[in-house]
Amino acid sequence: MARRPLALIAGGLVAALTLVPVAAVLWRAGGPATFAAGDGQALRFTLWQAAVSAAVSVALAVPVARALARRAFPGRAVLVTLLGAPFILPVIVAVLGLIAVFGNAGILNRGLEALGLPGVTVYGAHGVILAHVFFNLPLATRMILQGWLAIPGERLRLAAALGLGPWQVVRVVEWPMLRRVAPQAAAVIFVICLSSFAVALTLGGGPRATTVELAIYQAMRFEFDLGRAAMLACLQLALAMAAGLAALALSGAAGMGAGLDRTVPRHDAQRAGARFVDTIAIGAAAVFLLTPLALVGGNGAAGLFDLDAPVWRAAGRSVTVALASTALCLLWALPLATRRGEVAGLPGIAVSPLVLGTGLFILARPYVNPVALALPVTAIVNALMALPFALRILRPEAEAVRADYGRLAAALGLSGRVWLIRVFLPRLRRPLGFAAGLTAALSMGDLGVIALFADPERATLPLQVYRLMASYRMEAAQGAALVLLALSLGLFWVFDRGGRVNADA
Amino acid sequence: MRATTIFTATATAAGFAVLASAAGAQERVLTVYAGDYVASEWGPGPRIEELFEARCDCDLQFSTGDLLPRILLEGENTDADVVFGLNTDVTRRARESGLFAPHGQDTGALTLPVDWTDDVFLPYNYGHTAFVYDTERVTEPPESFDALREAPDDLTLVIQDPRTSISGLALALWVDAVYGEDAEAAWADLSDNILTVTQGWSESYGLFTEGEADMVLSYTTSPAYHLIAEDDDTVKAAIFPEGHYFMVELAAKVATTDVPELADSFMAFMMSEEFQQMIATGNWSIPAKLPREEWPEGFQALELPETVLFYDEDEAAQRRDAAIEAWRAGLSR
Repeated sequence: MARRPLALIAGGLVAALTLVPVAAVLWRAGGPATFAAGDGQALRFTLWQAAVSAAVSVALAVPVARALARRAFPGRAVLVTLLGAPFILPVIVAVLGLIAVFGNAGILNRGLEALGLPGVTVYGAHGVILAHVFFNLPLATRMILQGWLAIPGERLRLAAALGLGPWQVVRVVEWPMLRRVAPQAAAVIFVICLSSFAVALTLGGGPRATTVELAIYQAMRFEFDLGRAAMLACLQLALAMAAGLAALALSGAAGMGAGLDRTVPRHDAQRAGARFVDTIAIGAAAVFLLTPLALVGGNGAAGLFDLDAPVWRAAGRSVTVALASTALCLLWALPLATRRGEVAGLPGIAVSPLVLGTGLFILARPYVNPVALALPVTAIVNALMALPFALRILRPEAEAVRADYGRLAAALGLSGRVWLIRVFLPRLRRPLGFAAGLTAALSMGDLGVIALFADPERATLPLQVYRLMASYRMEAAQGAALVLLALSLGLFWVFDRGGRVNADA
Repeated sequence: MRATTIFTATATAAGFAVLASAAGAQERVLTVYAGDYVASEWGPGPRIEELFEARCDCDLQFSTGDLLPRILLEGENTDADVVFGLNTDVTRRARESGLFAPHGQDTGALTLPVDWTDDVFLPYNYGHTAFVYDTERVTEPPESFDALREAPDDLTLVIQDPRTSISGLALALWVDAVYGEDAEAAWADLSDNILTVTQGWSESYGLFTEGEADMVLSYTTSPAYHLIAEDDDTVKAAIFPEGHYFMVELAAKVATTDVPELADSFMAFMMSEEFQQMIATGNWSIPAKLPREEWPEGFQALELPETVLFYDEDEAAQRRDAAIEAWRAGLSR
């Protein structure tokens, strides 16, 4: 049933689109160069902050996901969507939002001051972690929530019938799921944080917060040392692949068994203590994630009236690129939704966008004007970069569907097409909607390769935000950022909601 | 019904007109590679295009993105006729590439605060690095660089990273020019006041306008924007007697251009009064060839340094690594 040739083509495309551009940069540089003196320190800081960010994000996500999985309340669906927002924000917008809350002039410090308490500073290594948790807690929560929702209701009903207490439910039903899902979520976040750059710099407070991606940027744009940039990009890629493989090795087989998609009330979650814990978890996550967003909204509202036609045209282009990326990404992801496929997709997030863009430029330049291709290339690269996320979301459920229904389908002699249309896709509807929403939103918010070569008529919305800022128009920039936030969330909501129609997730 | 017919007729006529003009004179195209901010709707690009096209009978097309990395990658096959928006920190590398031709303009008439004799890279506007503050928040700004070093810890600064931003590099060279061997100690003194370091100017300035820091590394010309565009006179640049680092923006003619006369006339256009009058408020910088009396009013009101510090490209290349290392070591202490 697995379409091997299709999977090979899809995997080959990922490899070609990541490795060939890096090779092109190396070739153009005339061969590899040596690392510079500070690169070792940058590597240590990069690994440290990525590991801590991943561990903290996942640890905090577990109670939040658990609470969301076993509670039903009005507005839950909206909350789940909104909680996803930080992950898809453009970095610059998110950082300004965080600073509006945690910064020196932020509401937290003003509140502390009003109470006569000493202020706290967000700048430093802890600020980097805070920002990464802000970005990635939503992703970790959603991934783990998917894990919880994939536990068949029959399991829980059986646990209730057997009279298992709350801790026994954890041990027998929830822990095996977590042991499979949590390391994978941690690995994905680790890989995302590996290529962190602007966040680490702005909140890190100085040269101690130097990351590998910053070293790549410096080598590429300021020293034109293509050889060193390519070497650093290879190093980053190797680290990410190692992390990804380790996570895959850690994760056991699915093995929850099949169910009939019934929701059952959680018998183990009805006590006052459990209610209290869940309320705190959801409430704290909502305050932490939504306050900065609300401030971005509040600050941007005034700037909305300053926006002129170029911003709206850029918004239109960004939506188009996002939709194209989404279609492409899903087509790419379906044949790769296997264990091996997930490994094949990993380079998409780990390859340095700067090196990738430069490599594609070098490759395309002899044949076409790369500027004319800026938007299609951006759509492809965005799809490539979202692919690992899409696979992370799709793969566990795709495997579960294959494991649970594969034998039945074989016994019934279903053809590949019937299997795909009647079994595979319908059962993947929820993760497909989530993956599509995520891809669309990520593509909306990504500055990406377009910044390397774009003419004025092809600017995307994130690029316009930067251009407004560079022209001192900070208020209009915040207005444009609000439009970007609204469009990203809107796309995410439409897809994610589409995947959950008739499902009560 | 009638309205639709008229509309259709007009549209058809307009369509034919467009076709006719396209088929008629094969318009010459001048391709200008520019920094990203230049050609945006809020940068000087649209006005440059309008003014130049009015006099050249040609089509000026901006192509934006990474300026020097791109042209170095493209080499002699580049489509660029003119490169607009280089800084002195890259001119040496650009010159070594051999891709640029002499500009042919008289640099004697420039009104820069430093001597400029370069026959390849032509300045069109300039400014100086400066720490900018809001007079309502900082009532007693430091009056010298030494005073800034000694400033109490509660005076906060945001600066840019010298490894990722041109203004950040200019600051590192500024500290190097003022303090020389003592630069690392100066950075160590400043480290208590530096709230954070950002990738580029925009992030820093955003933090400053949000009220997050008291002072921001920017330019002596920044107050002119607030004065002219926002009618706000509370933003000022602190002027230090030790001097301020000179920052200039440059353009150059590409040697392999297929429209050399057009490129030449663009160079001449940059030196014209029309361009120079426009660039002040177009790019929020001081015109490179315009006496102070002729600057826009808000610019004439600017406080400018008496001492201007500047490393030429060879000195800058020589000092750069040491200046960045002093920054790194001083702030890591």
